[in-house]
Amino acid sequence: MTLSTPPVAGWSREQMAARAARELRAGFYVNLGIGIPTLVGNYIPGDMPVVLQSENGMIGLGPFPQEDQVDPDIINAGKQTITELDHTAYVSSADSFAMIRGGHMDLSILGAMEVAGNGDIANWMVPGKMVKGMGGAMDLVAGARRIVVVMDHVARDGTPKFVPACTLPLTGANVVDMLITDLAVFARPDRKGAAFRLIELAPGISLDEVRNKTTAAFQVD
Amino acid sequence: MNKQFADAAAALSGLLHDGMTIAAGGFGLCGIPENLIAAIRDSGVRDLTIISNNAGVDDFGLGLLLASRQVRKMISSYVGENREFERQYLAGELELEFNPQGTLAERIRAGGAGIAGFYTRTGVGTLVAAGKDHKVFKGETFILETGLVADLSIVKAWKADPWGNLVFRKSARNFNPMVATCGTVCVAEVEEIVAPQAIDPDHVHTPGVYVDRVVRGRFEKRIEKRTTRAEAP
Repeated sequence: MTLSTPPVAGWSREQMAARAARELRAGFYVNLGIGIPTLVGNYIPGDMPVVLQSENGMIGLGPFPQEDQVDPDIINAGKQTITELDHTAYVSSADSFAMIRGGHMDLSILGAMEVAGNGDIANWMVPGKMVKGMGGAMDLVAGARRIVVVMDHVARDGTPKFVPACTLPLTGANVVDMLITDLAVFARPDRKGAAFRLIELAPGISLDEVRNKTTAAFQVD
Repeated sequence: MNKQFADAAAALSGLLHDGMTIAAGGFGLCGIPENLIAAIRDSGVRDLTIISNNAGVDDFGLGLLLASRQVRKMISSYVGENREFERQYLAGELELEFNPQGTLAERIRAGGAGIAGFYTRTGVGTLVAAGKDHKVFKGETFILETGLVADLSIVKAWKADPWGNLVFRKSARNFNPMVATCGTVCVAEVEEIVAPQAIDPDHVHTPGVYVDRVVRGRFEKRIEKRTTRAEAP
């Protein structure tokens, strides 16, 4: 018996992470946020020297431990147990954010609830509901040299998330350089007023579908 | 000099009073002073302001002080793992001041270093910037954040010597080194107290000048999100 997988339009979470991994370059120091961004670590080409940083003070994150390797003193910023590599270093939280705020992170990949056409991002608070706190997200978007956001193109109820102006409280203003969704990739060349441009469509996704599900203005080649 | 105390309660004797501010090290449940937190719970001291990145979980870490209603205000960056926190906050029983995590770390560092305030890019254009002084440096906008100090610092280290020199272990270092500096008094709980000279002077993370009292603890080291992989890489 042959099992055939029906063709599914758009990218899965894993495929979005793999697409984001293509933004990595040899020698990069990178901070990955919680959720889909964490999966990006699974798609770093084996021969590419990239160092992952976790804002709780670990530079050089290894894979998750096997059961007998679990050490409660080695966790990532998502509070997951993790392992060391041959180049791992530990620092205090103040030093960790000094390297983030000081522009020493080449790239930060994080999730979002909304991204606006002007590069604003909202990902920490929904007024009237429980507020968990911003954690390190505001420092990362303010300090990392390049910000890539990975998020679903629309909310569960179908509401567009790439919008003309964020409706939720901001995490940072004019900081997003690239947006990867399950439908498409958008990028802008600078933070000086350049518009986002649609640079890729996911398999099986039409430009019309992206237009119908996006309220932010964007350019198309 | 011998800064050793017999247990956590003894190490806190004479230091606790209602309405005080306590700064605690740790990230999530990693590197938290779990023995001192339990002793503060047992002391019954009330109306506390707690400076800590997180608020523990319902039945461990700072969650113990929330469950016993000893906390009036939290100064934190992320409190998402604690239901009792959520309940008290939504009921208006608990004050909460959110800080971006790096801003919180630097405010604590600044407080301990005698720096009244500093300008940072973090939070510009967000709710965090509301009411704060804005200043432009080289064409870029920064906001003023102030240093934080506490009546008491509680930290967790791996090793101490009798002089209070501390060594932290792996990612359990996190907020502990800065927190140690921001309190009028600092109490450190450690896994091991070693002999003088057993710590290489070059390997001391926090020198004893910041540490007033040291106590050896017994640690559960609870793991918040045990994440493993099955096979070898």
